[in-house]
Amino acid sequence: MKLTNRSKVVVDKELTWVEKLYLPAIVKGMMITFRHIFKKKATVRYPEQTRPVAPVYRGVHVLKRDEQGRENCTACGLCAVACPAEAITMDAAERQKGEEHLYREEKYAARYEINMLRCIFCGLCEEACPKDAIYLTDRILPSNYARGTFIYGKDILVEGITPDQRVDVSKRKKSYEMNT
Amino acid sequence: MFKVTIDGIEVEIPEGSTILEAARKIGPEVAPPTMCYYSSLETSGGYCRTCLVEVTKGSEKDPRPMPKLVPACRTQAMDGMVVTNELSARVKEARAGVTEFLLFNHPLDCPVCDQAGECHLQDLSYEHGKYKTRTDFERRTFEKIDIGDKISLHMNRCILCYRCVKVADQLTDNRVHGVLNRGDHAEISTYIKEAIDNDFSGNMIDVCPVGALTDRTFRFKSRVWFTKPMDAHRDCEKCSGKVVLWYKGDDVLRVTGRKDTWGEVEEFICNTCRFDKKKTSDWTIEGVRDISRHSVISANKYKKLVKPNEFTLNDIKALPE
Repeated sequence: MKLTNRSKVVVDKELTWVEKLYLPAIVKGMMITFRHIFKKKATVRYPEQTRPVAPVYRGVHVLKRDEQGRENCTACGLCAVACPAEAITMDAAERQKGEEHLYREEKYAARYEINMLRCIFCGLCEEACPKDAIYLTDRILPSNYARGTFIYGKDILVEGITPDQRVDVSKRKKSYEMNT
Repeated sequence: MFKVTIDGIEVEIPEGSTILEAARKIGPEVAPPTMCYYSSLETSGGYCRTCLVEVTKGSEKDPRPMPKLVPACRTQAMDGMVVTNELSARVKEARAGVTEFLLFNHPLDCPVCDQAGECHLQDLSYEHGKYKTRTDFERRTFEKIDIGDKISLHMNRCILCYRCVKVADQLTDNRVHGVLNRGDHAEISTYIKEAIDNDFSGNMIDVCPVGALTDRTFRFKSRVWFTKPMDAHRDCEKCSGKVVLWYKGDDVLRVTGRKDTWGEVEEFICNTCRFDKKKTSDWTIEGVRDISRHSVISANKYKKLVKPNEFTLNDIKALPE
């Protein structure tokens, strides 16, 4: 079966005298190599340089806080039940008196873990979340040698309280979420 | 025996049965949803109005249709009666309206509520409810009342189905809780905040269609779909001892009665079984409980899971041509 017209039939005929010198072929090959020196480089020097990402890009998750710095997540478990890779596990706890500035609702996630080796970054957890808590961001999952480091707990996932530690997810909010 | 047709399906029922009993005899496809009716509790039903059905032919003797929709749980079926339930647009509209009313004061705290996943109001609003609320009013709220360390009461979630009051009346002696106040202010409560400690009082948790009465020992422990239900029994002098254990890992987080297709407990269990026996060694395990695959509780559970054999590349053989 012939797929393209560019395919060449291999022939086993003897080389001519000029061809036996190999010099024209080498010069021809080097011409192509040198021409590439002046072309634009395809390499991006990550992490100093980053490529632009699409607004729909799905990278490492973030657990959001509200404007007052309280965690949005109430450990309702909908992200875990929506997760097709079963990457999310959590334990809930009851908010005690005096913790109202830390957690928005009566119940909060005492432990929230995402196994990044299992995660397929499909974004269904974000879709399922009723509390505006989990979002996928444009951050790329860093590589590591140890498997254990890929179990991301709340220490990595929850964003910081101060404005410079906040993670911007406005691009990923749906139009109906923007009004609220 | 009476012959009744519901949604085009004919069924024979003994005289004196209600339309709901006839519909349940056919199956869950035609049975109307119920929030307050409970077959094992006498005089239950008639409060919530979710089981409204249309009677298009009264009976063989009097074939006139009934002018209004009737509650299936309180209306006796007559010979030759023709009932439309799911097929009737009127019924659907009425049920959407009833659902809207039930949700009128119901807080939107399903992510926090322990009943989520086995809540009948969730099922009802999923099937018949509207996407958005149409009111701007504040929802009715109550001050929190402590009714003991075994059962927690969230009055805000209550839809006043009276099931728990019937449980207290019919299963236990000296009931200590009931409905206080009237109309919009009506609430389930104990008089002078008396703790509930009857032997069978825990059944009001199973009976509650919403998350108003929940197991306090299970509070925020886990969502129901993370737990694994197992049938178990033990010799109990007070009750049948047939229960469902809800496991998370090796821990029994919660003990409940066994619920049937209609979400009703088959046999009521005592408080000793429910609250005090939370070790596997207390029970004889019968096996994994069968859960409908449409239920969220069945999520991420694999009955016939077999660990695949490890193989090497050499084991892969080319397909025969």
